[in-house]
Amino acid sequence: MRQFVGMRRAIAAAAFVLLAFGLAACSFSDAPQTTIAPRSDNADSIQSVYVIVFWLAVVVFIGVMLATIVFALMFRERADRQAKQFHGNARLEVLWTLIPVIIVVIIAVPTFNSLAETSAAPPEDALHVEVIGHQWWFEFRYDNVGGVEQVVSANELHLPVDRAVDFTLKSADVIHSFWVPQLGGKVDLVPGHENDLWFTPNTVGEYLGQCAEFCGDSHALMRFRVFVHSQADFETWAQNEASDAVEPTDEAIMAGQAAFLGNACIGCHTVQGTTAVGQVGPNLSHVGARTTLAAGIMDNTPENMANWIRNAPSIKPGSIMPAFPALSDEDLQAIVAYLQSLK
Amino acid sequence: MATAAGTLPQYGTHTGLWSWITTVDHKRIGTMYLVTSFSFFILGGIEALLIRSQLAVPDGNVIDAELYNQLFSMHALTMIFLAVMPMAAAFFNWMIPLMIGARDVAFPRMNALSYWLYLFGALLLTSSFFFTAPNSGWFAYAPLTTLQYGPSQAMDFYVVGLLILGISSVAASLNFAVTIINMRAPGMTMMRLPVFVWMTLIIAFLLFLALPPLTVGLIQLLFDRNFTTHFFIPDGGGDPILWQHLFWVFGHPEVYILILPPMGIISEVIPTFSRKPLFGYSAMVFAGIAIGFMSWAVWSHHMFTTGLNPIPRAIFAANTMLIGVPTGIKIFNWLGTMYGGNIRFNTAMLFAVSFIPLFTIGGISGVMHSSPPIDGQHQDTYFIVAHLHYVLVAGAVMGMFSGLYYWFPKMTGRFLNETLGKWNFWLMFAGVNLTFFPMHFLGLAGMPRRIYTYADGMDWGFWNAVATIGAFTLALGVLFFIINVFASLRKEPTASDNPWDAPTLEWATSSPPPEHDFDVVPPVRARDPLWYDRDHGIARPEPTDEHIHMPPPSYYPILLAAGVLMLGLGPLSSLAVTALGVPVILYAIWGWALEPTH
Repeated sequence: MRQFVGMRRAIAAAAFVLLAFGLAACSFSDAPQTTIAPRSDNADSIQSVYVIVFWLAVVVFIGVMLATIVFALMFRERADRQAKQFHGNARLEVLWTLIPVIIVVIIAVPTFNSLAETSAAPPEDALHVEVIGHQWWFEFRYDNVGGVEQVVSANELHLPVDRAVDFTLKSADVIHSFWVPQLGGKVDLVPGHENDLWFTPNTVGEYLGQCAEFCGDSHALMRFRVFVHSQADFETWAQNEASDAVEPTDEAIMAGQAAFLGNACIGCHTVQGTTAVGQVGPNLSHVGARTTLAAGIMDNTPENMANWIRNAPSIKPGSIMPAFPALSDEDLQAIVAYLQSLK
Repeated sequence: MATAAGTLPQYGTHTGLWSWITTVDHKRIGTMYLVTSFSFFILGGIEALLIRSQLAVPDGNVIDAELYNQLFSMHALTMIFLAVMPMAAAFFNWMIPLMIGARDVAFPRMNALSYWLYLFGALLLTSSFFFTAPNSGWFAYAPLTTLQYGPSQAMDFYVVGLLILGISSVAASLNFAVTIINMRAPGMTMMRLPVFVWMTLIIAFLLFLALPPLTVGLIQLLFDRNFTTHFFIPDGGGDPILWQHLFWVFGHPEVYILILPPMGIISEVIPTFSRKPLFGYSAMVFAGIAIGFMSWAVWSHHMFTTGLNPIPRAIFAANTMLIGVPTGIKIFNWLGTMYGGNIRFNTAMLFAVSFIPLFTIGGISGVMHSSPPIDGQHQDTYFIVAHLHYVLVAGAVMGMFSGLYYWFPKMTGRFLNETLGKWNFWLMFAGVNLTFFPMHFLGLAGMPRRIYTYADGMDWGFWNAVATIGAFTLALGVLFFIINVFASLRKEPTASDNPWDAPTLEWATSSPPPEHDFDVVPPVRARDPLWYDRDHGIARPEPTDEHIHMPPPSYYPILLAAGVLMLGLGPLSSLAVTALGVPVILYAIWGWALEPTH
């Protein structure tokens, strides 16, 4: 009798732990970068497989754990017990060869379905975006939006809702990975290769993404975000993004523009409509309109921007953008004011 | 021939440093493997604690990005190549000859060579901490590892270290394959081999077949970095994906190389303490062989996100899922072994039994991301970190600890203390689950791997803090083990020949065994020979005064290993060192070949 009380307690404790873990697992659908709250067809397709596999995993785990606990308690050492001497049981062994086979089939069928769905050709009218991974930021090149052939931007991806978007994925240096969990599974950005991915976002909102392949010192700081807009809002954004940078009218900001164009900034950065045509760093034509800086690692405030320009490597280890210790405070503030004006 | 170089008098000194340096006794080599690998296990653990300290809270600043990246890379390299693999080798060395009724391995000097190469390779790899340690992960994806993106010597240490360790592993695996096939006692047919011996044989084949592709990749990388080739450099016409294939053709069999020996260990421990034969012996053996074969056809599941076409993804997914079948058979058979037993729960058995559900967690999460769509969400997240640590820590390491408690009396003649053992087990058990279970949640919440910091507001803080507490709990458990070893070694040796009433041959000799292992090689009449003899009242054969020939000690193995080390030091310093290594190697091989062994 004592033995069974112990067993019941053990099972109750196990059930409690499982329940706690289950609840904890569910709460992660609210995490900002959650993988289990899909907002696109691609992510939905993954989720439909995941749910099946998750519950199978739970059943197998509970089965094995219960069997282990029950056998451990039932057959623990007792003076009056003799171990039964047997070497196997053919019928049982066939049975538990079949159990994993059945589980595997249950997993394989939806898996292949989902593979076929997500690797089908994208719809004809898909928006085409080229994604280029850099150490440590993302470049986005949109085809035919806002009335121009190509719009170049960085670190904040803007997409229309309910329209397929077809990505061409590349890298400028090492291997990175493009991943917005709520919108789809990750695909690597491999130098020398062009990878493909497409999905159709189905909910307006802001989604977090992050590089998922180790890519050097500041891999942890290679983040980005995706804004899914209504069709109209997307058009507005695209028109603005496609146009040249705002020409300053305010005198202080004009001084900032002069400082920007007169310093090393233009070696790496482009500001459309000016003499800054550098290709190494992110395009800054509309940097003032972005919500974050330095690949999604801090809010786009004048203070953060000034700190970044002053000493980028202290914020992002190994950053290709150097520190500018010799830049005067006056010039720095003017440049920040200019860049912030580029909405 | 007593004057021949390198030959010490037979049955010469058995104490002192020189006797350890020149030993060819499998048991002493096993002890050296064990002590060395455990030391690196501690080092790898310290690396892990630093990593966990950094990640305990958002925006942690215990260590910087550069050091973090070295630590996570070295943690994997240390644990895989310097701790878990050689700890398995320690058990092979100690137990395989004893379990098959042999007096030593087939090639005793080559066995010593394996150890010294391992030690030198390990020291070389670890010494990189004085400069820049490998910082591109243990997987070392090109082109991050090429000179352009990795100008420090970190990756040269990686290449050279792994090459030396690879030679060590190939030599050891050939040695054990030959030993198991050729040196079994009379009556020890293949289907009477203990399952641990079977698993060793399987991984020996896996090892010497898996290491060549890695070696090719490493040499190509060495050439890319030092001699301007472009195997992995896209701008020069190379392909970084080629590295991934070469690495994972090695890397996935490697996973089974790490897990099959502990599976073998618990297949010895569970029957012994359940006091009944292993359930479904043949199924266990063939499941192991099946896992070995299938491990060659699953490597690309590490590459589902690299842009593989859907057809290969589907094929590799199916193969990966199928490996769940033989694995499942093993799990059920361990449970079947417990069923109907009279189970004695000492520390060895607790570790072995905990292996079953804990490994199952790692096994089923592995089946989860064998599905390429799901892998698209799990790959390179903490979900994978949880998965692989359930396999390698909750599985392999717990299995090794079971083996340590089980065989410690055979190795030393002394028992490990059971009270300290229970503390050791329960702390490790709690620590493993506290550390690694929350990592599933972190992965589902989208936390990528290999990030040295994360922002507040990602909802990752709480479970990271829990994982860090778990890691220190785990470390505390290991500390109890260390205390236990030192405390137990001070006790009088009280272990009888077969204190657990175990069925296998290593228990048919004294604890610890004499240098020649068995006074008389025991004849084997059944699969569980000692139980058969016990139940049929067959006494152990009386010793005869027949002369037992044992191989003499030799210093050529360590000399040869030193020569190989010098070859390896060349790319890290000056090629002159490599040039100097050549005559050392030639001299060692010459002396080795001509050394009289009887």
